Amino acid sequence: MQEETTVLSNEQAGVGCRRLRLGAPGVASVARPGQFVHVRVPALDPGAMRRPISICDADRASGVLTLLFKLVGRGTEALARVAPGDRVDILGPLGTGFPMPEAADVALVGGGYGVAPLYFLAKTLLGAPSAPRIALFVGGRSAPDILLAEDFSALGVDVHVATQDGSLGAHGLVTAPLDQWLNETLADARHATDARHATDARVAICACGPAPMLRALDERALRLGLPAWLSLDRRMACGVGACLGCVQRVRSGRGGETTLARVCVDGPMFPAGKIVWD
Amino acid sequence: MDLSVNLGGLRMANPVTVASGTFGFGREYAEYYDLKRLGAVTCKGICLEPSPGNPQPRIAEVRAGLLNAIGLQGPGVREFARSALPWLRSQGVPAICNVWGHTVEEYAEVARILSSEEGVGAIELNVSCPNVHSGGAAFGTDPATLASVVRAARAATSLPLFVKLAPNVPDITVFARVAESEGANALSVTNTMPAMLIDIERRRPFLANVQGGLSGPAIHPVAVRLVWQCAAAVKIPVLGMGGIVTSDDAVELLCAGASAVAVGTANFVDPTTPLKVLDGIRDYMVRHGLSSVREIAIPH
Ligand SMILES: Cc1cc2nc3c(=O)[nH]c(=O)nc-3n(C[C@H](O)[C@H](O)[C@H](O)COP(=O)(O)OP(=O)(O)OC[C@H]3O[C@@H](n4cnc5c(N)ncnc54)[C@H](O)[C@@H]3O)c2cc1C
Ligand SMILES: Cc1cc2nc3c(=O)[nH]c(=O)nc-3n(C[C@H](O)[C@H](O)[C@H](O)COP(=O)(O)O)c2cc1C
Ligand code: FES
Repeated sequence: MQEETTVLSNEQAGVGCRRLRLGAPGVASVARPGQFVHVRVPALDPGAMRRPISICDADRASGVLTLLFKLVGRGTEALARVAPGDRVDILGPLGTGFPMPEAADVALVGGGYGVAPLYFLAKTLLGAPSAPRIALFVGGRSAPDILLAEDFSALGVDVHVATQDGSLGAHGLVTAPLDQWLNETLADARHATDARHATDARVAICACGPAPMLRALDERALRLGLPAWLSLDRRMACGVGACLGCVQRVRSGRGGETTLARVCVDGPMFPAGKIVWD
Repeated sequence: MDLSVNLGGLRMANPVTVASGTFGFGREYAEYYDLKRLGAVTCKGICLEPSPGNPQPRIAEVRAGLLNAIGLQGPGVREFARSALPWLRSQGVPAICNVWGHTVEEYAEVARILSSEEGVGAIELNVSCPNVHSGGAAFGTDPATLASVVRAARAATSLPLFVKLAPNVPDITVFARVAESEGANALSVTNTMPAMLIDIERRRPFLANVQGGLSGPAIHPVAVRLVWQCAAAVKIPVLGMGGIVTSDDAVELLCAGASAVAVGTANFVDPTTPLKVLDGIRDYMVRHGLSSVREIAIPH
């Protein structure tokens, strides 16, 4: 849907990052974790393209939609200047969203602003009747790239941080703490379950971040036989499936056939093994 | 007030359609408004066999416009006729089917197949896509080649036949006259402008295809001039497009001599742009005391 929303608040959320809360009763009432909105940034020239931003939280009761975004260029910089009361036109919720994993343990893996949709997912999973245990693995170049860590902790999520310069958490890539956690969790799961069951399906991965990170996770998920969903970042024009600007080659059948999926409507998340990496 | 237009035999309830490639096959935007409110829906370019298009990245926003190198990805005409056309027909809005081919014969074959299907209101030949090596600008930038494509398509269909002209030619009126004399019923003016963006930090072209087509506000003044020139050069009507964002942009193309207009890139910015453009055209006609769309054109 297209909704004219009202800015409720727009505040700093870490270095070069803003948290924008919008009064968006329409979109908030139907949004699912992993979906995004296509934002028409006020103050840009009238012909400027929209910016795709993940839904970081949506509250059905209050109609509040929360977005978390990094300032990286003229669009996000202009969006950082909107004030309470301003109107912001959005399209959404767009994309398929994450399927709700049935695993007992869920690893959320985020790079940079990729944690935004994972927050909504964690909150939704934890609110469900049979909530899984959730661990978050969040990586970035440096401490300021690590977003929302306290917010996840406040939800009761087990948070693991890694930075490439070692300024916060483990030194190196986020896959190192993840691998350690996977080893331990899969060993525990094997102990706990009857050997006749497929134990590994008790652990699932949901991830959003840069392509090299997603690719590394795809390889792990396939090797370990774990269900995983990987959310891709792609330049988008329409956001609704009409322009074919955002396509990604994906496997479409067992015979090695491939096809082009539109990341905006067929994704942005794809299950492990689906994406044809180039 | 009479908003209807007869665009080379295609009857449109109002003068506003959408530009090929910016509206899919219509379905994606049906959620946002009733497509019947458009004068016609123009479909993404259709060719004979399924076509994969270009590698990523395919799009980039540039100052006052959009650069694209989609490369005419599509399912092929048979799949289009099987899965997209019946739905579009059920919407009760005329469909303009944009067609391209690798060869002259392919253009004619696709036109023939579409003519045997129910629900096609007109065929628009894309001889001006800058993003494919064959099937695109190669056909639209040489008058003799253009003549052979239009002739072959004309022989293959009795539907209203539009020819979509390239902006990047020294004299568009040469091409306009060729299309008219080979039997085209209308001209679509214009396609994207060949253009390029370089990522100066990575020190390489931004688009995988190296170059792309520029659309959006940046090309609007170019389109105004080309529509003006074509409208003066031929008797067949002109469908004007290029950089329409507001209704004033559309009215300007109608002033230049277009009989109808198509909204392209602006659909991505605001899906309801075509409806706003139509409202604005209506207001303009009231303000200027004009009773039919045809009266908007100014004398050359
Ligand atoms: C599905 C999806 C969800 C996203 N969610 C978030 C989020 O929750 N928080 C967040 O901070 N960012 C998110 N992004 C990235 C965000 O869209 C870009 O950072 C933003 O568009 C940059 O705009 P700009 O004008 O500031 O940058 P510029 O570099 O000036 O933008 C130029 C053009 O490139 C596009 N562009 C640039 N970088 C990206 C990118 N990484 N992805 C897609 N398009 C890009 C812009 O939309 C614009 O059209 C998401 C992207 C996608 C595809
Ligand atoms: C993403 C995209 C895809 C396009 N695909 C086609 C196409 O398949 N066939 C065609 O004739 N023109 C195509 N065009 C050109 C448009 O139909 C139109 O002529 C051009 O974009 C100028 O109008 P605008 O500035 O309003 O977008 C495409 C344009 C864009 C932006
Ligand atoms: S952004 Fe247009 S099809 Fe996905």
